[in-house]
Amino acid sequence: MEALTDEEIRELSSHAAEIRKTIVEMLAAAGSGHLAGPLGMADIFAALYFRVLKHDPKDPEWVERDRLMLSNGHIVPVRYAAMAHAGYFPLEECLTLRKFGSRLQGHPEREKLPGMETTSGPLGSGLSQAAGYAYAARMDGKDFRVFCAMSDGEQEEGNTWEAAMFAGKYRLTNLTAIMDRNNIQIDGNTEDIMPLEPLRDKYEAFNWHVIEVDGHNIPQFVAACDEAKAIREKPILILAHTIPGKGIREIEGDYRWHGTPPGKGPTDKIPAEKQAEVFLQELGK
Amino acid sequence: MLNPEMNLRADVFDPKDFAPTRLGFGQGLVEAADADPRIVGLSADLTESTKMDLFADKYPERFVQMGVAEQNLATVAAGMANYGKIPFITSYAAFSPGRNWEQIRTTVCINNVPVKIVGSHAGLLTGPDGATHQMLEDLALMRALPNMIVLSPCDAEEARKVTIAAALTKTPVYIRVEREKMPQMTTSGTPFTIGKANLLWDTEKPVAALFATGSLLHNALLAARELEGQGIAVTVTNVHTIKPIDRESIVREARRAGAVVSIEEHQINGGLGGAIAEVLAQECPTPMEFVAVKDAFGQSGTPSELIEHYGLGVSHIVGAVRKVITRN
Repeated sequence: MEALTDEEIRELSSHAAEIRKTIVEMLAAAGSGHLAGPLGMADIFAALYFRVLKHDPKDPEWVERDRLMLSNGHIVPVRYAAMAHAGYFPLEECLTLRKFGSRLQGHPEREKLPGMETTSGPLGSGLSQAAGYAYAARMDGKDFRVFCAMSDGEQEEGNTWEAAMFAGKYRLTNLTAIMDRNNIQIDGNTEDIMPLEPLRDKYEAFNWHVIEVDGHNIPQFVAACDEAKAIREKPILILAHTIPGKGIREIEGDYRWHGTPPGKGPTDKIPAEKQAEVFLQELGK
Repeated sequence: MLNPEMNLRADVFDPKDFAPTRLGFGQGLVEAADADPRIVGLSADLTESTKMDLFADKYPERFVQMGVAEQNLATVAAGMANYGKIPFITSYAAFSPGRNWEQIRTTVCINNVPVKIVGSHAGLLTGPDGATHQMLEDLALMRALPNMIVLSPCDAEEARKVTIAAALTKTPVYIRVEREKMPQMTTSGTPFTIGKANLLWDTEKPVAALFATGSLLHNALLAARELEGQGIAVTVTNVHTIKPIDRESIVREARRAGAVVSIEEHQINGGLGGAIAEVLAQECPTPMEFVAVKDAFGQSGTPSELIEHYGLGVSHIVGAVRKVITRN
């Protein structure tokens, strides 16, 4: 694929900015949910839904579509927001997040929302589902790609490494995993809770092709996805370094915002009742 | 007397042929795979002992060796089923669904994809391997899950039918099979429908209804015959489907007899007996005794030693019937 033009980069960045605003609005309306991770992955999800993925919002079951499995289901607000902006469902529906009867469950459910691809939440089982999907698709000679978005925290789960071993053994070149390396988890910074590094070396030792990117540099991420298509020997990991809470200065990098919505977060910088308003202002609304 | 509609083998009380239910599964899987190219088989380093080798030998391109990784076994299968395959996954029941229960709950059952989980070497009859490998909680674990069908065949022929039927359902299924050879009781002419229990031994005026599953079905039939000699008339129903439980059969037989005994090679908590008690408590409260492992783990020993020690033999069933009829 051609490198992105300046105009395309501007357009994708603008989608990312809109996705961030929607995330804040939907979480504020829900009164619960995770803020930091979704904000940190907004650039990547904008790039996926508006550039990288082969998909059709009007036909979510299109058989030739690329599949995107979300392993760390708790960041699903970024996916809902990206899907809404891409045209899968009306933007207003985002405000039903986590509410009774909503298709937008607190953690993603395949059967609730067309295009969701799989059910996830309990960590560490998305990579193996994506690997199984990729294996089955290859058996049938399908040429769509399977993507798996996962967190760094869930690298602490044994199941993740079982999947990494499996994908390496079977050389699942149609599988591209994207790790959100944001260095935080609920209880603190990953390297304090359970050191994960060296992640690149670990995946390479499991026979993966690893590409490191700045997860907020959209052209770099898109180029990595293009490079992944050309790798014919190994599954691909895009190790994306991101900043949790990206776009809102007061919360960037602060693990305390991992599982907290605006209005219920730490009040040492912004009073609770002002959080949603301040965040939206900072995001340009 | 034996219910002629069930077409049981003539030698059911003096069995000549013995085979393990895992073998019936292996044969059934090949038959199912012959008919449906979407079927794939995955095993966690126990291909031969779970009898998936029959399938792997015939369809090597549809067999996936997973290594010793039961969590991955379930979740890779979930991904394949989500794509459109019909995966059968095998290991020992202690490991799958023992170790990977949450993965089965989330990625198979909530996801609602048709993964078929085959837990082999279930029950005490796994024998010398000891408590760690004698899975006695699998029916409870699987029965608790929405969307899951739970099947527990009584002999190899029924295991073959169970496997073929499981392949045809669109839902998750758990199939419990065992290591030990068991008497062949059923024939190709014995009816099998998921969710429909089979009345194998019938009597005009029963005083107790026996409900058995899996390996202990044969003991239940032997007990029925012995009780007949003592002038105690009972019925014996083969409950091969633990979920959805056949409420109609259970209520009908409980009403006819007025007393019930459940018989299973499983913990007393949450298995067949629990499923029956749930139905009867709601629809037809009936005195009931449970022949099951009484909240204990197993240990090394021969199958017959263990059956005797844990109170699952013919004499124990006879004793449970004698006790329950005094409560009616």
